[in-house]
Amino acid sequence: MFRRVAIRASLLAAFSCSLLATGAQAADKPAELKVGITTFMSGSASVFGVPAKAAAEMYIDSLNAKGGIDGVKVRPIFIDEGVGGDRLLSEYRRVVQEERAELMLASISSGNCNTLAPVAEDLKVVNLMWDCGTEKALEGHGYKYVFRPQANAVTEMVAAVAYLLKVNPDFKTIAVVNQDYAWGRDSWDIFRTVLTQLKPDVKVVAELFPKFGAPDFSAEVSRLQVLRPDVVLSTSWGGDLDTFVRQASQRGLLRTSKFYLPLGESSLERLGQTLPDGVLIGARGDHYFLEPRYVNDEKHKTFVANFKEKTGSYPIYSVYHMIQSLDAMTAAYEKAIKAAGGWPTEEQLADAFRGLEFRGLTSSVTIRPEDGQGLEDQLFGMTTSHPDYKFKVLKDVMIVPAAPVTTPPGQHTPDWLKTVNASIIDAVQPAQAQ
Amino acid sequence: MTRDILILALLDGVSYAGLLFLVALGLTFIFGVVRILNVAHGSLYACGGYAAATLGLWLGGGTLGASLAALIGASIAVGVVLGTLLMLLLRRFQDRDPILQLLVTFGAFMIFEDLQRMIWGTQPYFVADVVNQMGTSEVLGVVYMNYQLLFVPGAAIAIFALLQWFLKHTLTGRQIIAVTHDREVATAMGINAKRIAYLTFIVGAMLGSLGGALASPTTSLVPGIGADMIVLSFAVVATAGLGQISGALLTALMIGLARSFCVYLYPELEVVMPYVIMVLVLLVRPQGLFTVAQARRI
Repeated sequence: MFRRVAIRASLLAAFSCSLLATGAQAADKPAELKVGITTFMSGSASVFGVPAKAAAEMYIDSLNAKGGIDGVKVRPIFIDEGVGGDRLLSEYRRVVQEERAELMLASISSGNCNTLAPVAEDLKVVNLMWDCGTEKALEGHGYKYVFRPQANAVTEMVAAVAYLLKVNPDFKTIAVVNQDYAWGRDSWDIFRTVLTQLKPDVKVVAELFPKFGAPDFSAEVSRLQVLRPDVVLSTSWGGDLDTFVRQASQRGLLRTSKFYLPLGESSLERLGQTLPDGVLIGARGDHYFLEPRYVNDEKHKTFVANFKEKTGSYPIYSVYHMIQSLDAMTAAYEKAIKAAGGWPTEEQLADAFRGLEFRGLTSSVTIRPEDGQGLEDQLFGMTTSHPDYKFKVLKDVMIVPAAPVTTPPGQHTPDWLKTVNASIIDAVQPAQAQ
Repeated sequence: MTRDILILALLDGVSYAGLLFLVALGLTFIFGVVRILNVAHGSLYACGGYAAATLGLWLGGGTLGASLAALIGASIAVGVVLGTLLMLLLRRFQDRDPILQLLVTFGAFMIFEDLQRMIWGTQPYFVADVVNQMGTSEVLGVVYMNYQLLFVPGAAIAIFALLQWFLKHTLTGRQIIAVTHDREVATAMGINAKRIAYLTFIVGAMLGSLGGALASPTTSLVPGIGADMIVLSFAVVATAGLGQISGALLTALMIGLARSFCVYLYPELEVVMPYVIMVLVLLVRPQGLFTVAQARRI
């Protein structure tokens, strides 16, 4: 009797030791994997949110048709970001605590990312900041459960300066027309800091921040016509960008100044033939439906065709970001399942995102292990006409690699921006067709 | 400030004021007669714009006359349909607390927002045929669209003059003024106040949708556009004094010019300028710039 008890005790001790050695136990496999996704289904930002939602549905349907993740089907629960901060927060909590979502994709809005990141940390749920730009949501927080599988505003704006100086280095004056809210102001601060550092002789002749959703840009266009800046920069998006560009075009401003629209990829199809050739366009990532390196890639080509068939439009950057985040999810679960030997706990899943390298629809993205920030290359190009399309497409596409234009882990962005030098211009390379 | 900038800022200000006045006019006209602050006026602006763009797309360019007919036709259709719907809804809350009536119009605004999204989706709409057909003019080296420089302000002044003539020189107009002054006495004198309220609501609704229709050739129509405009037009109406038609014209001009001069001189103040003017005016004259103090009824 004593011997049997001693054997059992030894076995139990050995089992416990093995658990301690290998880390926590795997979790029970759920009947379905619930994923909460915040996106704008109302308001002006629904120009990004609604196509991204359609992309998420396409991706998840396709994933489930193949059996889901390790046999577990994925069920998305969409939350409208347009309802405002307080309601979004309570909906977010409800989806995590009552619906038991294991993974959250939030958000498009930088303000919402700032609000929801600490909540995710508090609830111990993995949160992927799938489209928002502000670097402040992640930098210096040391979050364990919050990741960004795409670039941040610093990468995007420093890359934008590098591209401008690469393709159009001889300009003397610049004016900015951005939306009057956090992104419009913050993106210009980063851009101006780096630009004036690398090109001290440049003169900023006007800094205009019209109201978000302004119906009329007459005065801004008149002032720019008087000032005649060499370059007009606008990081605006959606209806505001369309309105400004159309009014500027109707009044001939696009003929007298070089326009530079770092978020312009999302408006190309809507603007039709409004833009002249030679406008500089950015894509908030290295994705674009005619990306030279991936235009014939099977995964990318099939997705573009299916998306066009489903929605009637070509995919824009928010669509690519959504697919990128869902690909990160799939890759992280596969990595975590392999490491845990079964369905991962929330902690094991979070660990899997650290240092994760995965591919979305275009090139690979790496999530830095130190701070959870994704390294996503940036694509820029120049508008040109193409007989197959009723709108302008991009030519002379260039890629800016993410690493040299992103604040290194552990550094403070304003301090790091002061150290940016002309080497970033050399990093800009043509996207070679494969 | 140079003479050139002064002239350009004046032109830009007048162009913007024209659009602002057209939207604010419907809001203040309805309040003046029916005493309802119609938050759903923003929906009338948005639906007027969407309907004009849809009609413009359907016509597919064509002549200037056809483009203008699309703008006016869409305004009338939206004004009559949505105005009637709103009036039928508000009839159930007649003589109730004004706050409740305001909340009802707010509820209607939210419903119309969802309807817009269901009908027109979330992608921006833009049909600019009429702007291109009207061409451009050059002033001091700056190119202006004739549509924004001449047509919209001209339409605002023409509608203002027409409304003034209608109110002062027609029987129905005089009946509207009578109901505005004292609904009970007007009813006692044989005026059908309900019919007047309905007519006023339809005219006000048509003015709101006309504002949206006239804005549509230069503005991208997106979800939420109505909310942005109702806030701005409320600033105009509150500054002028609720129900003041001439006041709304002058206030729209004042706000348009102030905003335009800000763009040239102090761009940082551009966004807040309409509200700074409103707050300053209301601090000095809480009833608005153009409201005459009324004797208290006993």
